[in-house]
Amino acid sequence: MSNTSAWQIFVWVALPYLALGIFVVGHIWRWRYDQFGWTSRSTQLQERRLLKWGSPIFHYGTFGAIAGHVIGVLIPERWTRAIGIPESVYRWFSASAGTLAAVLIIAGVVILAGRRLVVPRVRATTSPVDYITLVLLLVIILTGVVPTIFVNLLGHGYDYRTTVAPWFRGLFSGSPDVTAIASAPIVYQVHAASAWLIWAIWPFSRLVHAWSAPLWYLWRPYIVYRSREATPPAEPGTSGRRWRKIGVPY
Amino acid sequence: MRIMAQVAMVMNLDKCIGCHTCTVTCKQVWTNRPGTEYVYFNNVETKPGVGYPKRYEDQSQWHGGWTLDRKGRLQLKAGSRLRRLLSVFYNPDLPSIDDYGDPWTYDYQTLINAPAGTRNPSAHSISALTGRDMDVKWGSNWDDDLAGGPDHAAGDPDLAGLSDQVKLAFEQVFMFYLPRICEHCLNPSCVAFCPSGAMYKREEDGIVLVDQDRCRGWRFCVSGCPYKKVYFNHRTGKAEKCTLCFPRIEAGQPTICSETCVGRLCYLGLVLYDADKVLTAAATPDPRDLYEAQLSVFLDPDDPGIQAEATRQGIPADWIDAARRSPVHALIARHRVALPLHPEYRTLPMVWYIPPLSPVTDIVHAAGYDDDTPDQIFAAIEALRIPAEYLANLFTAGDPGPVQRVLRTLTAVRAQMRAEQLGQDVPERLAESVGATRTDLADLYRLLAIAKYDERYVIPPAHAEDAGRLMAQHEQLFCAQPGGPDSFHPPAAQEFRDDGGRLHLNLSPQGQS
Repeated sequence: MSNTSAWQIFVWVALPYLALGIFVVGHIWRWRYDQFGWTSRSTQLQERRLLKWGSPIFHYGTFGAIAGHVIGVLIPERWTRAIGIPESVYRWFSASAGTLAAVLIIAGVVILAGRRLVVPRVRATTSPVDYITLVLLLVIILTGVVPTIFVNLLGHGYDYRTTVAPWFRGLFSGSPDVTAIASAPIVYQVHAASAWLIWAIWPFSRLVHAWSAPLWYLWRPYIVYRSREATPPAEPGTSGRRWRKIGVPY
Repeated sequence: MRIMAQVAMVMNLDKCIGCHTCTVTCKQVWTNRPGTEYVYFNNVETKPGVGYPKRYEDQSQWHGGWTLDRKGRLQLKAGSRLRRLLSVFYNPDLPSIDDYGDPWTYDYQTLINAPAGTRNPSAHSISALTGRDMDVKWGSNWDDDLAGGPDHAAGDPDLAGLSDQVKLAFEQVFMFYLPRICEHCLNPSCVAFCPSGAMYKREEDGIVLVDQDRCRGWRFCVSGCPYKKVYFNHRTGKAEKCTLCFPRIEAGQPTICSETCVGRLCYLGLVLYDADKVLTAAATPDPRDLYEAQLSVFLDPDDPGIQAEATRQGIPADWIDAARRSPVHALIARHRVALPLHPEYRTLPMVWYIPPLSPVTDIVHAAGYDDDTPDQIFAAIEALRIPAEYLANLFTAGDPGPVQRVLRTLTAVRAQMRAEQLGQDVPERLAESVGATRTDLADLYRLLAIAKYDERYVIPPAHAEDAGRLMAQHEQLFCAQPGGPDSFHPPAAQEFRDDGGRLHLNLSPQGQS
């Protein structure tokens, strides 16, 4: 650790833990005090032609990318070797499946971001935190797609499972390998750092809708009955955002 | 048998003058906020007309409500649960804001701020969605009073199945108004569509509500409601709907639309129904039988057996009494002059309508006949394909039989009362010819024509102490027990009813009076 600078310690150790802390505490706070603001914030009412293509493509591509990260980063390389998958096969699978997901995500995000910026009705619904989230997402996607396509698919390949992945898993075992990630190419570093930033933004953005994926719907009875309940009035300052006042200018 | 109470409504369409007072007062009370500019919990549509949003009644386009699968089982029209979850990123059945009309306001400031000496300034329309200038192209009530009739009225889905000749004659013949609120259905498809479980039907009074804190904005309720009475607030990203003014209903007051109705055409009251029969009724194979099927779900509050069972199941005595006096139950089940709106959606709607007789009398009058002669009206009701078939498309899934029966009954009421008040002989067999007695028709006349405020609105106040029961039990459990946790044995629930039927809970086991 003697050859690591303070900056490296900050980016590869402090920032991840800080982001994780904000992620956890922020979600608890938001869940308790802003149920009313917890929504997917759909803009399909305003615009539907672009959303029809952009939204499903983006979301399904993202599911592919998440699955890829679980396989590539959370599962150690020695496990896949142990069950007899050599690095070349892994790389081939990672590059092709990753490229498919990357193409979907890129197509989706181009449609969605373009729609958000160009269609006035959608742009009017965009809050500052949406723009921050969008910029971070674009950085993450670009720095994730470039190595997948240009290094792993078309280039000579780079085995991130010997640098990025051990550092990442080390964060959760309490001994992050800073030198490993510090020696990775810059594009992987930007990808990892901005990913941590978005965890910190997550609880305050519309991304919280991801935790509300309504899988329970598949099992619950169709008609929901509820009895009237006695609800004590909320304490001042804890009731979250409510209906806006009458007369707010457009 | 599971007896439940439902606050239901009947509107007498003959009395609606299309003044939109109900719409305006509803809007002032509930949706006078940014994000809900286009939202009308209550709106009044001209029929024939495309409705709000455009062609909402055409379920082959919007896939709202329920349908039967090939084995005759009830399922949502938009397909299986999994299919809908997979399309959560883009709901193919959701109307766009242009189907409602881009909400707009006016730039009134230019009227004040325009420099002196310029030509008369005008307030340009600006979009409430973007704040930019816009040209108004569509909005609610765009086709009010058949405005643009030849272009728009032909788009009315209820005209489907009527021949072209009938359609052409249609708008020259009659129009009427249809005030609409949420139907607070017995089998609400919006609730069934909601992936979050945020929508629910209240056990006590059957009002269907959206829990704003649990709604995640998946917007399936909007497309799932065949009446399009759930709206998406574009500022908050949450669904909102008609609440049946539940704070007023809980206090025993009518909804704001009924309260302010100029024509006094609304009736509010309780209906008791058997919740175990709801799904069977909704799965009736032939849509034309759905009206009768829904009637079979309702229970007779005058039946002592039903009363005893309702009491046993925890319905308070004052609610049972209100159900007996309910004008809604009288119009729906006793006199059978009210009909459900679009029963073919299989949601078992609970806002019913007395179909308008005036279109028929208008036609008879235009033909030069005396529109007070019941025989001629009867003949007209039988002979005219319109309006009976059109009304049947609205109220009985296309079966003109019940519509004609109701129109004949309304005619008989007019004829009998006219004869009585002019001292003439009431025609023999008049009441019999519509399957009623003279007393029935007199009752109906009283209910339709002169019923006062407390006869039109029979709404028992909510029992707030029921809601406090849980909290009281908590206090028993954790605060009021001597001897500490070791000797703790929770007492059996000590509930009793007073003479008024209100449920009480004594806080100490000895306290029962």
